[in-house]
Amino acid sequence: MSKWLLRFTALGYLTALLLVPVGFVFYRAFSDGFMHAWDAVSSGRAVHALELTLLLTAITVPVNTIVGIILALALVRGRFPGRGLLNAVVDLPLALSPVVVGLALYLLYGRGGWLGGLAEHGIRVLFAVPGMVLATMFVSLPFVVREVVPVLREIGTDQEQAAETLGAAPFQVFRRITLPAIRWAVAYGVVLTTARCIGEFGAVSIVSGRIEGKTETLPIYVQSQYAFDFNTSGAYAASVVLALIAITTVVLLRVFQPKEH
Amino acid sequence: MGYLSIVVLLPLAALVWASRAGGLDEFWSQATQPEAIAALKLTLGLAAVCALINAFFGTTIAWVLVRDRFPGRGFVDAVIDLPFALPTIVAGLTLLALYGPGGPFGIDVAFTRIGTLFALLFVTLPFVVRAVQPVLLELDQEMEEAAASLGARSFAIFRRIVFPNLLPAILSGVALAFARAIGEFGAVVLISGNLPFKTEVSSVYIFQQVESDNGTGAAAVSVLLLLISLAVLVGIGAFRRWRTRHDHV
Repeated sequence: MSKWLLRFTALGYLTALLLVPVGFVFYRAFSDGFMHAWDAVSSGRAVHALELTLLLTAITVPVNTIVGIILALALVRGRFPGRGLLNAVVDLPLALSPVVVGLALYLLYGRGGWLGGLAEHGIRVLFAVPGMVLATMFVSLPFVVREVVPVLREIGTDQEQAAETLGAAPFQVFRRITLPAIRWAVAYGVVLTTARCIGEFGAVSIVSGRIEGKTETLPIYVQSQYAFDFNTSGAYAASVVLALIAITTVVLLRVFQPKEH
Repeated sequence: MGYLSIVVLLPLAALVWASRAGGLDEFWSQATQPEAIAALKLTLGLAAVCALINAFFGTTIAWVLVRDRFPGRGFVDAVIDLPFALPTIVAGLTLLALYGPGGPFGIDVAFTRIGTLFALLFVTLPFVVRAVQPVLLELDQEMEEAAASLGARSFAIFRRIVFPNLLPAILSGVALAFARAIGEFGAVVLISGNLPFKTEVSSVYIFQQVESDNGTGAAAVSVLLLLISLAVLVGIGAFRRWRTRHDHV
């Protein structure tokens, strides 16, 4: 009896909060016909927004993957003062509001900011792609680190030491021993990073200036379609594109999931 | 390290600097604007309620996923990650489509605190589930069987044996959900309607201040949010260290 009650509670909550809303957006996007939805996502403005989103992702993911692996190695293998602080800083983007991240960059690179002078030398950071890249890097920093750290802890250093004893160079050890051991964790982290980059809204909203057709990403496009242009079906159609990416992400997460022993 | 300084630390330093550029009095008067205080109170209240609801439903969902067997369990398990993968603005829009004006069930919670809470619950769903699930998988069922053979009822077994073992995981999941709910922006910006003193949360307030070119006011409230985030992280870290010291498993 209680088993059924628990099952009903858990699944009912998930259905009402998650499944029905997401399913309904698919329904609404196509309720005016497939062509209408297609028109909404194939307009020049929507395509540009999608391209910009993919560009930000393409820059951020490789950087945060490499930096993430280095940071994970430093956190697990390194012995240096301030390691606890480093740990906290790496986690910070997970707990911090994206709006705060956006504002911090806005104040740093904006008028009167410490690096506000860059704009006078022709380097535009704010309301341009560089600022949006920085915002995306900030919010998606922790994912690779957080996935790789526990695996590095678990595998220990025995094999690495053995390889070193046999005369392997440090980079060889990393490429032949460490990297194969952490590759699934890296893949998992990369998928999470990608999802975060594509979906980022709050921080990019502030630093991009939301210039239509210029610094508008797909999530920003969704919001302006809905809130300012009152083109709800356009917003739903673009949402479906993002939701499909999210569903692909969830499937990939299953594939790369650490196997239970 | 250089990367971290440029990408994370330097902007935050600039934020703290800007918040007190007009002196401490100015900082204080900006942080204690009635609208800012109302937003902060609402944010903390909603995040607390959201964390509590997550503690209950998150644990229940984790339990059902680990201990129950039913067709489609793998699918449900995968779906839990969806809020992490779905852009937050889409999350807000999906809820608004279903539970907003003109929704199919005639339920309209748009521009209310309940609607805002829905959005927060959506985006924070995975935290407690994913924290509790691995612990529940590892948990030895022998103790529960022993208690059952000694005549304990199932609720007593849960309360006396399972729950104490899960509590640390529940708490760390709840803390992360709380921190996330405090800072959430994308999911609430559409559904809350951003009515000052009513449904406007701190992140939205900060955004509005930036839009109206009040950088100092935005920075003051941001610093408060930054401090809350840090406190939550330090709290989780300290709790973990305390556990490893007092745990001999």
